[in-house]
Amino acid sequence: MKRTIPLLITGIVGAVLVIAYFIPHPPFDSLREDFSIFFDIIAAVAFILGGGNLIKMHGNRVSRREEGWGYSLVTVVGFLVVLAIGLTKVGNPDGFRGSSVTAAGSLFDYAYQFVFRPCAATMFALLAFYVASASFRAFRAKNLEATILLLVAFTILIGRTFVGAWMTSWLPDSLHFLTIPYLAEKIMVVLNYAGNRAIMIGIALGIVSTSLKVIIGIDRSYLGSD
Amino acid sequence: MQPFGSVCPQHPGRRAGGLRSATAFVSGLILFVCLALPLGAQVPTTAGSAGVGLTPAGGVSPVRDLEAADTPSDRGESATVRWAPPREDTGAGGAVLGYAIQRAPQPEGPFETIGQASPGATRYDDTHVANGERYFYRVVTLSASGDVASPVAGPAIARAQWINTNQWNVFIVLVLLLGFNLYFIEHIRSGRKTFIRKIAGLEAVAEAVGRATEMGRPILFVPGIQDMNDIQTVAGVTILGHIGRTVAEYDSQLVVPTSRALVMTTARETVKEAYLSAGRPESYNEDNIYYVTDEQFGYVAGVNGYMVRNKPATCFYMGAFFAESLILAETGNSIGAIQVAGTAMPAQLPFFVAACDYTLIGEELFAASAYLSGEPKQLGSIKGQDIGKFVGMLSIILGVSILTLADLTGWEPLTRIAEFIQSFWSTELA
Amino acid sequence: MSRFYRIVEAINELDKRWVFLVVGLAVVTATIFRLTFPEVPTEMVEAIYEKVENLPAGSRVVLPFDYDPGSEPELQPMADAFVRHCAEKGHKMYFIALWPLGQSMVAGVIDNVLREEYPDLVYGEDYVDLGFKAGNEGVIAVILTDLKKLYTTDSRGNAIDRIPMMQGISSIRGFDLILSVSAGYPGLKEWVQYGGTPGNIPVAGGCTAVQAPLLYPYYPDQLLGLMGGIKAAAEYEYLVMEGYPKFKERPTRYLTALIRMGPQTVAHLSIVFFIVLGNVTFQILRRRRRRMN
Repeated sequence: MKRTIPLLITGIVGAVLVIAYFIPHPPFDSLREDFSIFFDIIAAVAFILGGGNLIKMHGNRVSRREEGWGYSLVTVVGFLVVLAIGLTKVGNPDGFRGSSVTAAGSLFDYAYQFVFRPCAATMFALLAFYVASASFRAFRAKNLEATILLLVAFTILIGRTFVGAWMTSWLPDSLHFLTIPYLAEKIMVVLNYAGNRAIMIGIALGIVSTSLKVIIGIDRSYLGSD
Repeated sequence: MQPFGSVCPQHPGRRAGGLRSATAFVSGLILFVCLALPLGAQVPTTAGSAGVGLTPAGGVSPVRDLEAADTPSDRGESATVRWAPPREDTGAGGAVLGYAIQRAPQPEGPFETIGQASPGATRYDDTHVANGERYFYRVVTLSASGDVASPVAGPAIARAQWINTNQWNVFIVLVLLLGFNLYFIEHIRSGRKTFIRKIAGLEAVAEAVGRATEMGRPILFVPGIQDMNDIQTVAGVTILGHIGRTVAEYDSQLVVPTSRALVMTTARETVKEAYLSAGRPESYNEDNIYYVTDEQFGYVAGVNGYMVRNKPATCFYMGAFFAESLILAETGNSIGAIQVAGTAMPAQLPFFVAACDYTLIGEELFAASAYLSGEPKQLGSIKGQDIGKFVGMLSIILGVSILTLADLTGWEPLTRIAEFIQSFWSTELA
Repeated sequence: MSRFYRIVEAINELDKRWVFLVVGLAVVTATIFRLTFPEVPTEMVEAIYEKVENLPAGSRVVLPFDYDPGSEPELQPMADAFVRHCAEKGHKMYFIALWPLGQSMVAGVIDNVLREEYPDLVYGEDYVDLGFKAGNEGVIAVILTDLKKLYTTDSRGNAIDRIPMMQGISSIRGFDLILSVSAGYPGLKEWVQYGGTPGNIPVAGGCTAVQAPLLYPYYPDQLLGLMGGIKAAAEYEYLVMEGYPKFKERPTRYLTALIRMGPQTVAHLSIVFFIVLGNVTFQILRRRRRRMN
């Protein structure tokens, strides 16, 4: 019973939603959006679970002075402070009755603009360095395929800068197709596009298969077991 | 390189029971469509001329062949007005400045203007009508030299349809794909052997878990940063179940930081059951599966911090990822971990391929659960995927060849076939 | 082993922190000294510029801003360039957002670009901010047939029927251009699929560089032009600068993408340098191993 009811719910709802795609008559036309909203409501309630788990886990680490408890203390304090200033709308121009938590001038807005955004931007900026180190390590001409990958990557990287245009600017118009920016664009629009499409077709087929397995109950791992 | 992901060996003779059931299923669906089509078909509403018109002004003519009818394949409350433009309509900047669409409850009027259309337009959808009510329309051609109204068309009676006949091509493809999957699930469940090629990343799971056990370091599993409504997350969590069982058998430590609270609860259930089925319920620690934050870079900062401090020996990244994929993979590389990644986000695959030891590309992520379970009924779905790919490839080759030939030769039958192929593979989005 | 091969081996296995240091120094130097490099506009960017340039004054342009502060560094310059170009041409601008934070992006552009640089333009007559609506592609599908079903007021609470530039408009069908700036879903792809193609409205726009490959399939039939990332934004700024030389006077304000391309170009060249270095050392060592074997 513990597994039968969820399986039945999954099967019926899944089948109905697939069929509803072909039925424009109300109420089937809005089923997709309705269920999407239902999920959003459940996910919103789940925030409480997540927040509670966060406090419990990090709180335990702080109280037991486990390794790395300082980081946990920062997490807990940050969480509680932002929660408090958001709930109480400290500094909000319209005060507590004001409608927007993120109104300009509120402490919550300051925390977002001057703490959260720089931190997020910093993490995003790491990508630039990691791309460099990953490229240095990965783009080695070990065999034919790796050499082709290397040449293509080289063309794209150079083609995205003025150096690409400058390096092949001496080519006459009749050989315009050999210029690096042109090659870079064609690689992206033709070769990359073809590869992307092939992967996306495979992904779409994989999604159909996985969804079918879940709907008809063959794959029950999401319930916790086979 | 094999042309197909897997090949089913030929077994002549005995007809699989699965074939009968799949055929019955597909036939039933097609019968349903044939019976349902009359239900879904638009109830014809006459689009006639009620004989009301104004004398054309000098310079422009009224629109021709005006028709007003219920908008087909919709949820109702909409009527569509179509017309052929007058010959003076040469587009923007021409003699025709536009069209005013007018509506009335009676053919005699009174008419009110309900909308406008630009020069060159031939259709207007009136979405402010009530179902079951009669409406009459006329289109007024606007010009600098004077406006001229068309004869009246109608009545148009809006109704909701039960079947969206515009999606007939999507339906056919869906039935085919479902049919392939069901056939092969039945085919393999009935005991037929099949060949599935090895997926290196999944073959390495046991080795990777064993390595972590020997080194006494934990195993990290990241199920992506999307919620349970994303199929990639579902695929990731099902893989987590299989890996959890392997980890439980090795009595190693599995850590799963999640970006969504619902994923955390599902992952906990999955891993708990995995430990239970491996006979090690006492080794399960629910605190190892914890929520970090919904925010993308906050999450990756938290996971990276864990990786750098605790140095897991093995990292699995299975699910939907965005820009944080390279940050995770490079950090894992810097701590010397074995990394196995799988995602269906094409933009992130190159990062994983460059930085991880093994990568499951796109559909391999969805095949992984079936592959790891080894269950015949799940393996059948992999075969179904492959046949779908084969049909897709065939369609592309055939379609491109016919379209090219039609373009080169201009032969009318070939051109018609080419047009049909193009219309079949186009979808009108709901 | 000779000293030469020891050095080559050390470079081949270079600690990644040296890579980080070199890239960091290169980018910081380019940022501090505001290095800029000439940009050669590509076909896709030129197509967008030509379209906006050739539309007659007073054309109606929808400007959906579907991004958030996370993508602002990459997308804000193109958003600003679009708005400046439309303002110079006298087009009517209809701002809209399908992302909640997109609304603040619109507000920022109105304050920083339109109010400051084009004070003669009147809100409600030359531009309007319709604001954010939840519903993703559903919003596009609705406004394609009945805009006022969703938008009864603009983002400031003004009744739609009282806004002069909304008079006589029942939907976005018949608009002259959709010029989207997007960072993900919903975004440019949805505007093509649910707005431009069914409504026969020309669509163009910009997205992040990572997203661009997923949108190439729509060019040129359903997307008349595509700007992927800060480089394309720099190309567009370059075109606008060439067409309207007054923007050359204050490059730090008007040419942010061109300025940001400086560090990006330097970063790209650094990466190329390390790739070449890594391959040279790899090949040297491989030959040495073969000779020894």
